[in-house]
Amino acid sequence: MPKITVNNKELEFEEGMTVLQACELAGVEIPRFCYHERLSIAGNCRMCLVELEKSPKPIASCAMPASDGMKIKTNTPFVDKARKGIMEFLLANHPLDCPVCDQGGECDLQDQSLFYGFDKSRYTENKRQVKEKYMGPLIKTQMTRCIHCTRCIRFATEVAGIPELGATGRGEDMEITTYLEKSMESELSANVIDLCPVGALTSKPYAFEARPWDLKKTESIDVMDAVGSNIRVDTYGWEVKRVLPRVNEDINEEWISDKTRYACDGLSKQRLDIPYIREGGKLKKSTWDEAMKLIITKLKSFSPNEIGGLVGDLADLEMIYSFKSFFEKCIGSTNFECRQDRIYINPQERMNYIFNSSINGIEQSDFILLVGTNPRLEATILNSRIRKSYIKNKLKIYSIGDAGDLTYPYENIGSSTSVIREIVTGTHKISDKLKKALKPIVIIGDSALCGKSGKYVFEALKNFLSRNNFINKDWNALNILTQQASRVGGIDLDVYSISETENFSFFDKLNNNVFKFIYLLGADNINFDKKDSFIVYQGSHGDKGAELADVILPGAAYTEKNGLFINLEGKLQSAYKASYPPGDAREDWVIFKDLSNMMKKPLGYNDAKDLRTLINKYIQSKNFKDIKKAIDADFVEESILVKPIDYYYTNSIVRSSKVMSECRQISKKFLFTGIEKAS
Amino acid sequence: MLKDEDRIFKNLYNDLGWDLDSAIKRGDWSQTKEIISKEKETIIKEIKKSELRGRGGAGFPTGLKLSFAPKELGSRPHYLVINADESEPGTCKDRDILRFEPHKLIEGCLIASYAISAHTCYIYIRGEYFREGQRLQKAIDQAYDKNFLGKNACNSGWDLDVYIHYGAGAYICGEETALLESLEGNKGQPRLKPPFPALVGLYGCPTIVNNVETIAVIPTILKKGSKWFASLGKPKNTGTKIFCISGNVNNPCNVEEEMGIPLKELIEKHAGGVVGGWNNLLAVIPGGSSMPLLPKSICETINMDFDSLIKAKSGLGTAGVVVINKDQDIIRCMARIARFYKHESCGQCTPCREGCGWMWRMLERMADGDSTYKEIDLLHDVTKQIEGHTICAFGEGSAWPVQGLLRHFRKEIEKRSHEEPLIKKKSNIPYLIDQHLLEKDSA
Repeated sequence: MPKITVNNKELEFEEGMTVLQACELAGVEIPRFCYHERLSIAGNCRMCLVELEKSPKPIASCAMPASDGMKIKTNTPFVDKARKGIMEFLLANHPLDCPVCDQGGECDLQDQSLFYGFDKSRYTENKRQVKEKYMGPLIKTQMTRCIHCTRCIRFATEVAGIPELGATGRGEDMEITTYLEKSMESELSANVIDLCPVGALTSKPYAFEARPWDLKKTESIDVMDAVGSNIRVDTYGWEVKRVLPRVNEDINEEWISDKTRYACDGLSKQRLDIPYIREGGKLKKSTWDEAMKLIITKLKSFSPNEIGGLVGDLADLEMIYSFKSFFEKCIGSTNFECRQDRIYINPQERMNYIFNSSINGIEQSDFILLVGTNPRLEATILNSRIRKSYIKNKLKIYSIGDAGDLTYPYENIGSSTSVIREIVTGTHKISDKLKKALKPIVIIGDSALCGKSGKYVFEALKNFLSRNNFINKDWNALNILTQQASRVGGIDLDVYSISETENFSFFDKLNNNVFKFIYLLGADNINFDKKDSFIVYQGSHGDKGAELADVILPGAAYTEKNGLFINLEGKLQSAYKASYPPGDAREDWVIFKDLSNMMKKPLGYNDAKDLRTLINKYIQSKNFKDIKKAIDADFVEESILVKPIDYYYTNSIVRSSKVMSECRQISKKFLFTGIEKAS
Repeated sequence: MLKDEDRIFKNLYNDLGWDLDSAIKRGDWSQTKEIISKEKETIIKEIKKSELRGRGGAGFPTGLKLSFAPKELGSRPHYLVINADESEPGTCKDRDILRFEPHKLIEGCLIASYAISAHTCYIYIRGEYFREGQRLQKAIDQAYDKNFLGKNACNSGWDLDVYIHYGAGAYICGEETALLESLEGNKGQPRLKPPFPALVGLYGCPTIVNNVETIAVIPTILKKGSKWFASLGKPKNTGTKIFCISGNVNNPCNVEEEMGIPLKELIEKHAGGVVGGWNNLLAVIPGGSSMPLLPKSICETINMDFDSLIKAKSGLGTAGVVVINKDQDIIRCMARIARFYKHESCGQCTPCREGCGWMWRMLERMADGDSTYKEIDLLHDVTKQIEGHTICAFGEGSAWPVQGLLRHFRKEIEKRSHEEPLIKKKSNIPYLIDQHLLEKDSA
């Protein structure tokens, strides 16, 4: 390994590292503004200057590749003077408005000026004033504060894949702008707020809401999609003020989607904080005692076959497990379902319903086939990984079904199940390419599994992949892209009504009004006509489910409880309680515990710890080891159309959010992708 | 003084005609085929022997630069890029080559392209040289017609295509990497080095960027031999050079002279002397606006070559000699130059973006006599904070003229400055929060 000397300390470094990275290995901190590990190197802030032996000029350590035998010094007066000079230049035209700046307290410029700044300004000229730019409802701009590090530009062009941000003008007059001053057309746009080292780009909804040091920070997991992005929830008292990403190299790196970040204002709107009972067609406020008693009497009046339960999209494992055990033990029914729409699943093996190649695996892949999915809207973070992989490997991406603009080029090879038959039988042109690929990825989305052909699409592709040895210990090319945070957990806990022959028996019963009593556990995306059935809705928001309900039990939202979530890769992650359920609302597993206690049929747990032990046991006891025989499905000719997704309107929290509805209105104006044209 | 037969650019004043036929009469395109039939190594060695240094400003040995290109043509093509983005104030040598000696340049392109295994050559002309570009295009077309360019150029077996690209009027695009960015269609901003363009240049391919004059002298060197070229001038500063003499001289002109000619001789003989006589001389900027000026005392004895001028803490640069006589306000002159740099800074990196404007504003105040003694040191500090801390050489280019002023004319600035007043009675500046204090006499 090559060696480098940093401040007289010799150490080994990996080939390809920059001087800055080598210095960090040596434990020396280098100040920087423009450098960011996940973006290309710009080298324009010049803050990271270090002394290189025999070089008359200081070098920018972020841009200089480290080489063997280099002698770097970072603590000499020479370096200090250079950095102080740069800092003076940066501060020369930077306004002194820290007291009214939202970045205050988490500002790179503030922190570093503590070390390299002069105490007194020598700059007596007029400071530069830059016009504010409109960048949409999420990003507040104060461009006078900009230090032109171009991190935002690089993020937009490289990661988000939209070349909408850029710099106009030159010299002092250089300005960062969206050129036409319109909203950024990206689902990742708000990450530029985190990237901005100063207060030039700040969060619009969070403007003047709180100071970072006043906030309680809680680690949590996102539920807006099935990716399970790692987030940090910042609360002030009860209220969730903002959501920020946490670094997780395996899942979201350090990006989160705009929906994840800004749906949080929906957590304080449209909340159910007290039980309701419908009397004479109107919902009336009630008490827990009254509501529960009514539920129990109703439950007793129906036979278990007439009782059905549906789990919503945002449920954690505690919720699902206690729901399931309540149904099994207290009602004696297994008429429950964790899907809200008719999407074919085959729960025989775990790999049948998860993203097997893993999100990290996307970067190693050399061939991607999208089947009826628009990852940009269904799993934004995952899509950014595909883009990253595309940039890195220039791999070929094909799609069955027109997915619209995915921020990377792909070839649409038709939108019908017959294309899949051609691929499987080896007559399609990409069939050979797929067979020759080293690490192919086939991503099957909901749009391909929801039709009559869902079974054929899945089973045929799975058989094809296993026949060609793409499902083995090292690599599994079969991937299901689920959109719901609760889906994989629900299937893991066997909350479905599936027999060998019938995949959608629950939905048939639901639509034929077999169920006289329906228990909706946060299920808001259901589609059925209510007739004479008695509906209980338990959840956090007054949305579609609550509209139908005869009894409403207020539950907790995802930030208000300790919960386990399984993401689309099958990774189990734990979210912590950041806030409290409002009013009389209770955590959902407590509601089931109380109900069962009232029915005198206890569920076998008294606290959250017991419940987790039970969940752990249940999941570990599941035995998938004997691989089931391949299922043959008959070919069904059907077109695969990527379903249009109303991105800013997917679940009850998002629907309650004012910020998201603003985004929705704007996106409706300009987002014309191929999907709309197809349908 | 340079003998007439040693002149390379015989048509510098357009006495003999610029077109192909006249150029052939002057000896252009004469032994091109023979030269290209030589080994590439031999050509580069010959140029190295001639000790030709780049005429674009930095004075980098040309032979060495050409040898940086990969020897073998790999999977990526090689490119030769000619830097005709001549924007340095005080410099207009390339313009006359483009207008009057275009065939020297085109022939040089062919030979240099062959030497670095390039089949494509781009000539990046500044947008303002529109007529010159048209003239060059005509010359290129003439060369194509005679099969001096294109497939099997000059029957040598080497294919070369030459394209002209017009800039959009940015000084920074004369910096080689910013030029490449601009050529690729991006915003003209210098790239980080390393990697150097010789390995990763235009479209990520090995690229050699050279000045017009450098390339234009190569054919003559190879025809007359490196010994002849090296015999002119001084050791390590060989050959001839086009000097552009402007400013307060009686006869501003472009003139080809030997390297190392005394500055006084240059001005007196070729430019008709300083307006108002030699004694009326105040200072000379020897190498285009980015080089530090020299006061009269140094001008008496200085020789015009790279090394002598570096010794005098200046530089030959592009050899754009700007003569300033005592009728001029030297601080105002430097303030104007600083304004140029403030206007042309690309804005990419911090020191240059923020520093150039600061320097200009301070200099304007100094010229107005509105500055304090303290600010002179501050100005010096600012130039030092810019110099050497930037991505490209623009930082030096903007800081050096100011440093030159401070080095040689500090007394002049001090004469106009005053002590810092206890109370700054400034005009009404709304952002100054303690404005009310200024109004009170007791404050």
